Amino acid sequence: MLDKMAPTGTSHKMSARDVRVFYGDKEAIKGVSIDIDMDNVVAFIGPSGCGKSTFLRAFNRMNDTIPSARVQGDITLDGENIYSNAMDVVQLRARVGMVFQKPNPFPKSIYDNVAYGPRIHGLAPNKTDLDQIVENSLIRAGLWNEVKDRLSESGTALSGGQQQRLCIARAIAVDPEVILMDEPCSALDPIATAKIEELIHALRGRYAIVIVTHNMQQAARVSQKTAFFHLGTIVEYGDTSNIFTNPREERTRDYITGRYG
Amino acid sequence: MTTPPPPNSDPARKTDWMGGVMQKRIKSRYAAEQRFKLLGLGAVALSSLFLAFLLFVMVGNGAKGFITTEAELTIDLPAVTGSISPDQLTASRLDATLAAIDVRRIFDIAVEAQYGEGSARFFATTAWTALRNELTENPNLVMGKTRFWLPTSSEIDRAAKDRSTPQAEADYALLRKAGEVRQSFNWNFLTGSDGTDPAQVGIWGALKGSLITMFITLILAFPVGVLAAVYLEEYAAKNWLTDLIEVSINNLAAVPSIIFGLLGLAVFLQFFAMPRSAAIVGGLTLALMTMPVIVIAARNAIKAVPPSIREAAMGVGASPIQVVFHHVLPLAIPGIMTGTIIGMARALGETAPLLMIGMRAFTTTPPQGITDPATVLPVQIFLWSDEVNRGFVEKTSAVIIVLLVFLLTMNAVAVYLRNRFETRW
Amino acid sequence: MNPSQNEHTIKAFDSDLITLRGLIAEIGGRAEKAVEGAMTALANHDLALARQVVEGDARIDALEDQIDRLVIQTIALRAPMADDLRELVAALKISGVVERMGDYAKNIAKRVALIEPGQYIEPATLLPAMADATRQLVDDAFTAFARRDADLAVAVCAQDKTVDDFYNSIFRALIAHMISHPEHVGAGTHLLFIAKNLERIGDHATNVSEMVYFAVTGQSMNERERGDDALAPRPANA
Repeated sequence: MLDKMAPTGTSHKMSARDVRVFYGDKEAIKGVSIDIDMDNVVAFIGPSGCGKSTFLRAFNRMNDTIPSARVQGDITLDGENIYSNAMDVVQLRARVGMVFQKPNPFPKSIYDNVAYGPRIHGLAPNKTDLDQIVENSLIRAGLWNEVKDRLSESGTALSGGQQQRLCIARAIAVDPEVILMDEPCSALDPIATAKIEELIHALRGRYAIVIVTHNMQQAARVSQKTAFFHLGTIVEYGDTSNIFTNPREERTRDYITGRYG
Repeated sequence: MTTPPPPNSDPARKTDWMGGVMQKRIKSRYAAEQRFKLLGLGAVALSSLFLAFLLFVMVGNGAKGFITTEAELTIDLPAVTGSISPDQLTASRLDATLAAIDVRRIFDIAVEAQYGEGSARFFATTAWTALRNELTENPNLVMGKTRFWLPTSSEIDRAAKDRSTPQAEADYALLRKAGEVRQSFNWNFLTGSDGTDPAQVGIWGALKGSLITMFITLILAFPVGVLAAVYLEEYAAKNWLTDLIEVSINNLAAVPSIIFGLLGLAVFLQFFAMPRSAAIVGGLTLALMTMPVIVIAARNAIKAVPPSIREAAMGVGASPIQVVFHHVLPLAIPGIMTGTIIGMARALGETAPLLMIGMRAFTTTPPQGITDPATVLPVQIFLWSDEVNRGFVEKTSAVIIVLLVFLLTMNAVAVYLRNRFETRW
Repeated sequence: MNPSQNEHTIKAFDSDLITLRGLIAEIGGRAEKAVEGAMTALANHDLALARQVVEGDARIDALEDQIDRLVIQTIALRAPMADDLRELVAALKISGVVERMGDYAKNIAKRVALIEPGQYIEPATLLPAMADATRQLVDDAFTAFARRDADLAVAVCAQDKTVDDFYNSIFRALIAHMISHPEHVGAGTHLLFIAKNLERIGDHATNVSEMVYFAVTGQSMNERERGDDALAPRPANA
């Protein structure tokens, strides 16, 4: 089905066509195509080592930091190929933000954590604007009420769930268009996880969100579209409700019903 | 519906924790731990013993170096000089007035008058300059009769502290009978320069030389070392050339310091024809020696910064330079500072390379700039320890004490700075 | 898609499903036997057998309760997806439907005592054949569940037409008979109800088949594959 996808159009926020990712000689992603739109949260699910994190990191060129990694194929943002020489990587990473598995706030104050991105990209001409950006980001991340009186405290003094929301606020502060989340709730307890899932629901529509998750129930709760990865390819991609109630492929069915491996 | 797994009914698998064999094993394990603890304690105790011994000997030998013997001299200045009016003592005319009254002559007369014929030898050769300094500081003394405390000669000094030649002992007894002798803190030791008379030497020249040299070493080695480490860790491609550089730097850190002296001699003194014995040359040579240490320490500190911080910064769109200077370096500062302290402490105590580039100048005035001939504290120690005059023994030990204090101060400052800049996780 | 050949990684999940299938087979078997027993009691005017059938319905009700609880527990503990989820939901609905079937069979058995023996009511001779067809329908529906056979489920739904046709014939015949033999009105009415019960049982069997079809394929059966609709316009030559 995916081989017959239309050539990249500008109607999708991000598109991938026949993407291959190599680590040295090993082919980790073997020709994957997918579209990411503003209205939907897309979940990547699949067993360990299937390549979903690798594929996710191709969308903001984080694989560039690994010397042996090579990316072939097309990935576009608003129609522009992100791997071309004309694309500024630094700007790309501001437009396509990322939240990581283990919360990693900077060892700075909460304010400075959120303000760092806008500062280095010059998004706030003066302090008042910067304050506004910080406040808006923290409000949108659902953290403002908990930290508004202690913005100068260290970001690392917060609880795990709060730290992750701080990382989300930090990503939002540079006004991205796409947010990539690599197993954002893996290290969190159920209540913190639920708060972040609710946050994802609130962010949907304003940002295109792609979430990689090990937890199928989370994928079911949070996403509108789900892609099942296996051995470096997408086995099945479709509406989340269909994937989880009536998948088309046997491999998908076996994975989600817990018959895999 | 769900059946639990069958209970383990195999008796062979049961571990006998209370049995004799197990108990013996446990006991021997605890005994091994106890032995190891005692070994560690013993090592610490032995090191402390050596340190205590060093301090004891040094302080024992050097404490006296900070003490000087002074003898009293009462001079009725108006009687000797004739009356002098106050307006001759204004700042602009003071030097001329003092030259006119010839302080040296007054001194000689006063000494002979108080202590007898030939008693000038009781006092240090520079005692009259001490008198002149006091008059310069306090011009009103010229108009009255005053009691001065002036330094005695080094033989008397040694007689007072320890044991000296029979002549000196006799002189000392005489001195004590005819006037008063006291022992006071030897400020001149800290403020004066090198000299031939051990009772009058000071280390300020060497100390200033050390300070200037250390300063030059620091401003050359630190930035170069840290930036080299940043480049090697963050930017350099992982190929054979980078490996070669890394191996070279590691080896440089292990090169004997005297070789750097030869290097300095050949490159700075002969090729570049820089002034011999100048602090700038010393600083350059020591910088060459210290830089590899800083590079290694800085590289390790940078390597220790977790990749999650870098990823977080990159994820927000920071450029590689921003990642390094905003995030990696601040977290690596404690490690870098530790490496710098170690490097600088080593440089502070280096004697051999500085001897090779000739920083053993005998100067009676401290260096004014970086191109003046200078010497450093360890070299001063080396030179004085070679002297014949027995008065230099206590002075040498006293310099060692000064060096140790300097080192401790440097460490304390560095530790303070490290704590200041250390960001908590 | 064929049912998965693999076992669940968590073996307890598989054993739960096996238990559930066993319970569904049991409740289906009991319902089938209840129908058979009730019709035999009717044919032989066997009051003891009829009472057995009535009492046996309590067991069917208990099984339905047990199945409901097992399904809820499995959903809570195993977070089933796709095939497993559909099978569990189907089992839940089937158990409710089969309990109704059992009630209809009990109703038939209760009427045995109320019909005076010895009356010859000609249309009643059709009832055993209708009961047989109904019983076959129920049997096939549960076979389809056990084998997860979607085609058999479709066939059951088509076959229900036979039972419906039987009902229509018996209905007309009984009405005609009661008009001409007013003394048989009492018994005749009971027989009408009995025929109606059998027809309802047949419909429920198609419900079971629809559940099976949904569980296996994830789609609903078309309306057209169910039995004939009496309100549909009749072809001219009927």
